[in-house]
Amino acid sequence: MKPAHAVWALVGLLIVAHQDVWFWDDARLVFGFLPITLAYHAGISLAAAGTWYLATLFCWPIDEATPPATKEERA
Amino acid sequence: MTQLLIICGYLGLLLLLGIGASRLFRGTSQDYMLASHSIGPFLLLMSIFGTTMTAFALVGSTGESFKEGVGVYGMLASSSGIIHSLCFFLLGVKVWKLGKAYGYRTQVQFFRDRLESRWIGLVLFPVLVGLVIPYLLIGVMASGTVINKVTAGRIAEGKVVGGTFAEGTFPAFLERGPNPKAPDQPPSFLYGSQGGVPKPLASLAICGIVLIYVFMGGMRGTAWANTFQTIVFMVLGLITFVVIAWKLGGQESFWASLQAASAAIPREKLTRLHIPPEKFLTYMFVPLSVGMFPHLFQHWLTARSANSFKLPVVAHPLFIAIVWVPCVLIGAWATSDLITIPPPVAANPNAVLPFLVQKLAGPVLGGFLTAGILAAIMSSLDSQFLCLGTMFTEDVVQPLRGSRRLSDRHELLVARGFIIAIVAVTYGLSLLEPRRVFTLGVWCFSGFSSLFPLILAALYWPRLTKAGAYACVLAAAGSWLWLFAASDFAGRPNFTVDIPVPTAIDADGAWQLMPVAAMIAASTAAVIIVSLLTKPPSRPTLQRFFPSRAD
Repeated sequence: MKPAHAVWALVGLLIVAHQDVWFWDDARLVFGFLPITLAYHAGISLAAAGTWYLATLFCWPIDEATPPATKEERA
Repeated sequence: MTQLLIICGYLGLLLLLGIGASRLFRGTSQDYMLASHSIGPFLLLMSIFGTTMTAFALVGSTGESFKEGVGVYGMLASSSGIIHSLCFFLLGVKVWKLGKAYGYRTQVQFFRDRLESRWIGLVLFPVLVGLVIPYLLIGVMASGTVINKVTAGRIAEGKVVGGTFAEGTFPAFLERGPNPKAPDQPPSFLYGSQGGVPKPLASLAICGIVLIYVFMGGMRGTAWANTFQTIVFMVLGLITFVVIAWKLGGQESFWASLQAASAAIPREKLTRLHIPPEKFLTYMFVPLSVGMFPHLFQHWLTARSANSFKLPVVAHPLFIAIVWVPCVLIGAWATSDLITIPPPVAANPNAVLPFLVQKLAGPVLGGFLTAGILAAIMSSLDSQFLCLGTMFTEDVVQPLRGSRRLSDRHELLVARGFIIAIVAVTYGLSLLEPRRVFTLGVWCFSGFSSLFPLILAALYWPRLTKAGAYACVLAAAGSWLWLFAASDFAGRPNFTVDIPVPTAIDADGAWQLMPVAAMIAASTAAVIIVSLLTKPPSRPTLQRFFPSRAD
């Protein structure tokens, strides 16, 4: 699997993991203060940051070395 | 009075920042509207984040958590961390590239070229402005509520005690309000300003300050002010969290106070039993709105390079967590028996955070914390004000004038005049019956989300046609208006679109979907069906926007 495909698979996984029906009626507190549903979704935010970091490494859509021509340059 | 002086000092600082930015202003409309494409990664991150996180993020999230519990974070914050960065990645970078190549300043200019339609602005402009107004309304309403609540006194034995201003300081229509439980009774001070700065006056002052620094500094001033304000509201937000946790928990150590405060949260606020999973799922469509925010589109165009987007793409989900987790916890703590929330505050969830700040922080800290909340509000208002002026001159005035283009000086004058007119309309609306900031925000974002298929198709689907785009906009606007009216104009906060299903599938006998799901379905169907039935775009247009696929 190419790294870019793996990154998009991770994005898909994040979207699926976001629907955490398994914690729906769980009222436990993590570390005694953080509701588990909040802790889980804060974890999703961290995972999203990690996934998007990988995206900037492996799937960046523009090659900065060849910037687009400006209006004046094309003229 | 201390809080008020600190707030005034903060507003003065902002004005100085606007003046500082105006000294670098190059006098051209390009510089005023796009800061001459000079914004680097850090300023881009801060300005995009500050613009996206409005009163909705601080005041709204706390209020909604107070009402609905901690599930609010999953409904909008964690989903935004995924979807917002996806939009910056898929749309922002490509829009920047095209904007730089073809000199676009607004969305309509891009769509005009992509769709080969000179008049797409006539349909899109009113829809975009119509959706920005509720967004502005959120900030204008919340700023008035926040300033009023932190400067107001408390009620003891049917009287206001310790307010900043005595009764009679302001005209009666500003400081008297109706009793929500007995609207027939004459308005009184007790249900009005309660010794604080009257809400209409506070909102007016905030609008005035933002207008001044936007007018003086243009996009550069706005980016600077956004960066400054984003730092302010993130740092002060965390301080607010620590102070409130410590005071509410009432233990010696911060950690023990945190645990004591959370242990007191009622069980129903810790779970999502009252949120149908299908509603939670369809909430995920709401953050797609950033793809069509006109003010964000303009921010994307200010980037110095494509690489400037990398930092915002990565850091945005982290920043969301830093701001939202404390606010959601604070809202949930407010439902516990550790603090009594007075009925007028409980009836208006927008007032929960300012009430806690006023009640639990001392006057000096309270003043700074209020400045932090106002920073979050103003960092969105400024971009929206600037964007409205740009859209009006570029999408309405210039096309109507044809080859007789306005001079830079006249363009700025027209932009500023239109901004003042829209702010006046928004301010007038803010004086009417208030709505929950969160509910209003969700409706506003849903409208922009319903236009998401249009920008996605314009950038990635060569088969999109002019007729398909018109159909998409009309379907989005029509479905939004219809459902907004059905929700009693945001008067029913838990309004859903119910799809009947057998009870074997769902015990409720219906899937309760967010209205945004229906809107996106309508606009997507319209854009695909009509595009496939109409003539494809011309070859030159395809070569321009899809050079690798046109040959």
